[in-house]
Amino acid sequence: MPITREQVAHIARLARLAMDPAEAEFHAGQLSRILELVEQMNRIDTTGVAPMSHPQDAALRLRDDRVTEHNRRDQYQRIAPAAEHGLYLVPRVIE
Amino acid sequence: MTDAPLHHRSITAHARSLRNREYSCLELTRHFLARIEAAADLNAFITVTAEHALKQAEDADRRIAAGQATALTGIPLAHKDLFCTRGVLTSCGSKILANFISPYDATVVDQLNRRGAVILGKTNMDEFAMGSSNETSHYGPARNPWDKSAVPGGSSGGSAAAVAARLTPVATGTDTGGSIRQPAALCGLTGVKPSYGRVSRHGMIAFASSLDQGGVLSRCAEDAAIVLHAMSGFDANDSTSLRHPVPDYPALLDQPIAGKTIGLPGEFFGPGVDHEVARCVDQAIAQLGRMGAKTVPVELPNSAAGIPCYYVLAPAEASSNLARFDGVRYGHRAAEYADLDDLYAKTRGEGFGAEVKRRIMIGAYVLSSGYYDAYYLKAQRLRRLIADDFKRAFERCDVIAGPTTPATAFAIGEKSRDPVAMYLNDIFTNAVNLAGLPGLSIPAGFDRNGRPVGLHLIGRYLDEATLLSVAHRYQMETDWHRQTPPGYA
Amino acid sequence: MAATEWEAVIGLEVHVQLKTRSKIFAASDTGYGAEPNTRACAFSIALPGTLPVMNVEAARLAVRFGLAVGARINRHSVFARKHYFYPDLPKGYQISQYEQPIIGSGEMEIDTAAGPKVIRITRAHLEEDAGKSLHEDLHGMTGIDLNRAGTPLLEIVSEADLRSAAEAAAYLRKVHALVRYLDISDGNMQEGSLRCDANVSVRPAGQKAFGTRTELKNINSFRFVEKAIDFEVQRHIEVLEGGGAIVQETRLYDAEGDQTRPMRSKEEAHDYRYFPDPDLPAMRLDDAFIDSVRAELPELPDARKRRFQSQFALSAEDTAQLTAEREFADYFEALAAAPGVDAKTAANWLLGDLTAALNKHGMRIEQSPLPPAHMAQLLQRIADRTISGKIAKEVFAAAWRGEGGVDDIIAARGLKQVTDRAEIEAVVERVAGDHPQQVEQYRQGRHKVFGFLVGQVMKATGGKANPARVNEILREILNRETG
Repeated sequence: MPITREQVAHIARLARLAMDPAEAEFHAGQLSRILELVEQMNRIDTTGVAPMSHPQDAALRLRDDRVTEHNRRDQYQRIAPAAEHGLYLVPRVIE
Repeated sequence: MTDAPLHHRSITAHARSLRNREYSCLELTRHFLARIEAAADLNAFITVTAEHALKQAEDADRRIAAGQATALTGIPLAHKDLFCTRGVLTSCGSKILANFISPYDATVVDQLNRRGAVILGKTNMDEFAMGSSNETSHYGPARNPWDKSAVPGGSSGGSAAAVAARLTPVATGTDTGGSIRQPAALCGLTGVKPSYGRVSRHGMIAFASSLDQGGVLSRCAEDAAIVLHAMSGFDANDSTSLRHPVPDYPALLDQPIAGKTIGLPGEFFGPGVDHEVARCVDQAIAQLGRMGAKTVPVELPNSAAGIPCYYVLAPAEASSNLARFDGVRYGHRAAEYADLDDLYAKTRGEGFGAEVKRRIMIGAYVLSSGYYDAYYLKAQRLRRLIADDFKRAFERCDVIAGPTTPATAFAIGEKSRDPVAMYLNDIFTNAVNLAGLPGLSIPAGFDRNGRPVGLHLIGRYLDEATLLSVAHRYQMETDWHRQTPPGYA
Repeated sequence: MAATEWEAVIGLEVHVQLKTRSKIFAASDTGYGAEPNTRACAFSIALPGTLPVMNVEAARLAVRFGLAVGARINRHSVFARKHYFYPDLPKGYQISQYEQPIIGSGEMEIDTAAGPKVIRITRAHLEEDAGKSLHEDLHGMTGIDLNRAGTPLLEIVSEADLRSAAEAAAYLRKVHALVRYLDISDGNMQEGSLRCDANVSVRPAGQKAFGTRTELKNINSFRFVEKAIDFEVQRHIEVLEGGGAIVQETRLYDAEGDQTRPMRSKEEAHDYRYFPDPDLPAMRLDDAFIDSVRAELPELPDARKRRFQSQFALSAEDTAQLTAEREFADYFEALAAAPGVDAKTAANWLLGDLTAALNKHGMRIEQSPLPPAHMAQLLQRIADRTISGKIAKEVFAAAWRGEGGVDDIIAARGLKQVTDRAEIEAVVERVAGDHPQQVEQYRQGRHKVFGFLVGQVMKATGGKANPARVNEILREILNRETG
């Protein structure tokens, strides 16, 4: 199924990827080709086959409720693009 | 001192010589650092941690003097740049992490550090491990030491180039759809991807969480066994890490090949395979036969769906895993932005390369409302069919063999404009990740241009030991793995 | 034409912070009130390469809730990723449960004006909380604190069974009381341990189909729940009666203006792209696990209420109040169990003086300066007639202020009740002598002044005389003198 430039723009917006029209046009062609490849899946009948989301058939391991991680804020914020008073800074958020 | 140059010796040989004080870790480390510097044109490394390496080497020398050496104490190695290394740039080959100094060590890094291994540096890779040629790296392509105009494969291309050029005895890699085995094949190396869950993913920057697995690129199976053994094991920080005890791979290398059955899927020997690759692989299988292995035909009827299935599931998981790169807490942040959404979009638009954006978009698309069932669920159903094929095949054989890649290394730039052509490189490898099985590639000859060919061996779930022993036995009878690229002897 | 009668249709989503020491998928502290980001560990800030590891206690507490509302406990449940970009959501997705939650359908009974009503619970699922955005003086920027990110939440989703704002508030109170009873959450709404979203729609009475609904976000007190829903219901009715249509949207309640407004950040149509989290295999709970949670389940409020009614012969109203909170019921039970304490008196004191004092000081029962043992002593001194009920109030007030034990206060202030006949007789004689006019009036049959004379006697004894004895003796003396 070919993908339109508009669809690319929508997905790019959903994925927060800035994209100018030329780039969207370029990706529309490439994504259409990839989807064409992907749609070869439809050649195989999967009726009645249970989806497999994980290579293991293991159950989730549950951890004891213990605090073992302690404050490392200074190390973590040393690599932050913008932090002040211990807070990460972002442009004003309006709810 | 031994006659062979230091960089041609195995880990076992180094460990023995270090213990016998034939040379020191410091000397060994300096030797490899000098080779790395001389081979800068391969672009195999993103970061060389020379100073830190020398310090680790001194520590290792002290440890050896104190009689506390392990099999890896003082052994230099390199880490693919998606393993987090504390205090060192961990870029994942991306602009978005081009300033990311990791505040912690990946479990794999920690395990190898604790055994006294010396980190020479961080190797080049396709951005976020998305690629089969190392061309998507923000740091430019790494080159194949066998032919510098060719790709080393990917995504662990820098690790492969570094080991092939003998810039390091061994390097770590990761394999989501073939990213260890394909570059190992293209660079004439041994590359092993263990069973899903063997090696902790903690500190390994995620591409596709249900497929990613750390592993090793090395000169030979024996080295791979030693390093894989050290990397493997249960990690409480990874909910998908296995509790199963790790077999002593090095001790199990000498298991005889005689009595083993090798399954040959017709699907791996079709017309899509370059005939020189096919010739080398046939000869390798014949060699295994002479060594006592039986061969049987097996069927993997759904293997053709591997690529389409993989290119739904891997991008879906990637689109989610890469959502955290938003310029707020670490990494690249756009210099100018109008508001919050603009900050996100510009940061990510600037920070990710074209291939990564493509996969994020494919992933977002197949998960989005209205498409989920047709793409994502369909692919998950196929994944089960593919996994079941392997289960059935392993009822008849111990190991499955075939070519690692349909062709040898291609020229830089040859496929970079055509993502679909690039994706088809992983046609034989990615089904193994979908099924979570162990896989390995070993050198099996050269094409007429002198480019290496890889033999692909796939094992039963958790049976890395058999794969490694078959590879080791084969390497005792052949010398493909001892060949070095011209100019790197 | 008669005006349309409208019926409100309301469903609540209650987010309850579970009382675990560490976060749901990471081993950092969950406590409230720390310096910003000092509890934001590597996973909480979504450092690359970090992975979730599930906290067993979060599963235990969720199951405890499920068992308490008679819900199906799902042996197999799945964590999924819910994607959206927001700075308080560091991974770009929230780990939640989507198609297969840990708790399936259950029910809860609430008290309404028309009697008890069963509210169906659709499901309850585990998820991680987000961080907080702070808009203080940061030169026009917003500050992000991720201490709260990863705190376990149980989202309890009700069916749209609620028909008024009052019912919604009653349901929320019930959930609040239950989670505190079960000790799975501190339920502190000021600190955000319990938060509520409401889905509101209206329809003409008698109509089956639901109207278009709006979602009200983050209504974080019992008072606001009622006001916000009331406002929203009225708004729906006005729009519909004005010939307009309700837009399906998310709205925010503005407590200051007592109105709701559309949320700007939620304008964009959502496409959360849920899929099973590949970092977390399916959670499987076996019978042994569920049985072990069942074994630690406390007596539930409704059962306790019924038991109080029969065991202590108390009214439905009293028992409802006594069992509304677990600590309150525990206090009552400790008190009623003390020797010589009458349950009815205990209930009266608890719901009367003690509650008044607690309310006045904004305290919770477990913070009361008078523990059950001290309160029991006070009631014992009333029962054994050491002090009168009136004097007891004074002793209570002194004990509350920390002036000492009940007996010490009675002794120190000389409050021991006077029952000695001679002593009371002497005072009565004196009072009668001092008020000849009133004594005369009584004897002429104007018995109303009797109360005045009793009061004078009590006053003269500083309230310590036993009132029954005073009545008896005063009547005797007044009658004797005429005879």
